[in-house]
Amino acid sequence: MPADLLNSNRSPNWNDAGPSEPVVVYEDVSIAFDLKPVLENISFTVQRGETRIILGPAGTGKSVLMKLANGLLCPDSGTIRVFGEEITAMREKDIYKLRSRIGMVFQESALFDSLSVEDNVAYRLHEDHVPEDEIHKRVVEALKFVELEQAINKFPSELSGGMRRRVSIARAIISHPDLILYDSPTGGLDPITSTTIIELVVKQRDVSHATALLITHRLQDAFALARNRFNKETGRMELIPDGGIEDSTRFLVLNEGKIVFDGNTEELVRTTDPWLQEYIS
Amino acid sequence: MPLVSPEIFAKQKIAALQDYSLLSWRAVTNIFSRPRYWPDIFTQMDYIGFGSLPIVVLTGFFTGCVLALQSATSLQQFGAVSMTGNLVALSMVKELGPVLTGLMLSGRNASGMASELGSMKVTEQIDAMRALGTDPIRKLVTPRLYATVFMLFFLTIIADVVGIAGGAIVSVGLLGLSPSSYLHNSYRALVYGDVVQGLAKPIFSGFIIATVGCYFGLKTKGGTQGVGRSTTQAVVVSSVFIIIVDFIVSRAMIGIFGR
Repeated sequence: MPADLLNSNRSPNWNDAGPSEPVVVYEDVSIAFDLKPVLENISFTVQRGETRIILGPAGTGKSVLMKLANGLLCPDSGTIRVFGEEITAMREKDIYKLRSRIGMVFQESALFDSLSVEDNVAYRLHEDHVPEDEIHKRVVEALKFVELEQAINKFPSELSGGMRRRVSIARAIISHPDLILYDSPTGGLDPITSTTIIELVVKQRDVSHATALLITHRLQDAFALARNRFNKETGRMELIPDGGIEDSTRFLVLNEGKIVFDGNTEELVRTTDPWLQEYIS
Repeated sequence: MPLVSPEIFAKQKIAALQDYSLLSWRAVTNIFSRPRYWPDIFTQMDYIGFGSLPIVVLTGFFTGCVLALQSATSLQQFGAVSMTGNLVALSMVKELGPVLTGLMLSGRNASGMASELGSMKVTEQIDAMRALGTDPIRKLVTPRLYATVFMLFFLTIIADVVGIAGGAIVSVGLLGLSPSSYLHNSYRALVYGDVVQGLAKPIFSGFIIATVGCYFGLKTKGGTQGVGRSTTQAVVVSSVFIIIVDFIVSRAMIGIFGR
């Protein structure tokens, strides 16, 4: 296990948001495309160290919700605060600085197809003018974390869907971000590869304790995240004994652009809402 | 194509013009602040400049050849075949060199930019770039803009030279003119204002090719079909703009230099 990633040296900036302050705050956020509302009056918070799983049927605005969190989209109304800074009122130039603390894994990986795996993973470090030796060392560590160090010289077109997703995770975590956004990391993958990806997400959660937002429409992935933990000794994901649940994992369920559930795993399982019961059954 | 009300149509066009203007402004001004992507600028110069050399040389050469042939036919009626060099040089330097080189580069590079950036857009690579803290306009558009403007200027000079050379080969080989007479007439035909006019045009054409190509690339929607649509639009719009701006610059230069 790469020591650098195990002993995360992230440096949270407590000046802009105290340790008890939420990392992400949505207040009454709405957005529409071509006059069609996609998200309506969305309000929720994500605490430091929390993994927030966003569930919901296809087309309910989950990816839009995530892209709003790092300023890739701007809402029509409402405010979004990330690390205590109001991202909705910031200039694009200032948002670029804030994004250095946010990692993002895209739905279709979004790897730069003209760059090798090494250059893809190292992209942010190159932008920050980190010395080449240091870059190579950190790329190897990040690729070891996703168990893909043998693919360092390959190009995205030579990789399978699951491998691309793992490279995308390596690219997102290489700068030790304080917030990681996973946009359907298991979408379109077979169940075995999906489990590998979920294991990586659990590993990242339990190793670095970074705050995370994760979109999925696979309930089994969501519950695997809530019921498993990473064992540093075996280097594998394992079920929490006695049917335990990971406290830092919470759920947000969207339907037709509105929040229909915001709570922890137990509350979700015991819900009395008929639509939600049918959705999770 | 779906029919929309005139009001919505006008709003869409004004919004597009606003987006294009903002993109162009940011692409130009980015060079005056950090970070600057010099390796990307040199890569684009290589691709746009050296990559376009064969088509520019071939187009320029054969345009010069055909110009000499056609003008000699007309000049023969007035017994002025010896003025062929004069006509070829003036036409190539003032008009055909800049416009044809611009159109050739538009076909090759505006389409290339639109399809490359369009593919990146539809596969979320542009969003990934933004998420990784890089301004796509600074990284992708600014290098293409400066590389195109810089290289088109020199490509136009090359097109002018090979065009005049092509005219010389036809004049000497087929029309029986003396090489010194042709070159002397060519040289005497050109004055300072003609050269300035011919070299001002590629600056505008280069700007149009890069900004229009990148604009349509970054505005791409709708998967691979959208990429194809953007590519076509980029070539059509940039070619039409080049010809319109050529007329405006020609008129302005005639106003300034009197010819």
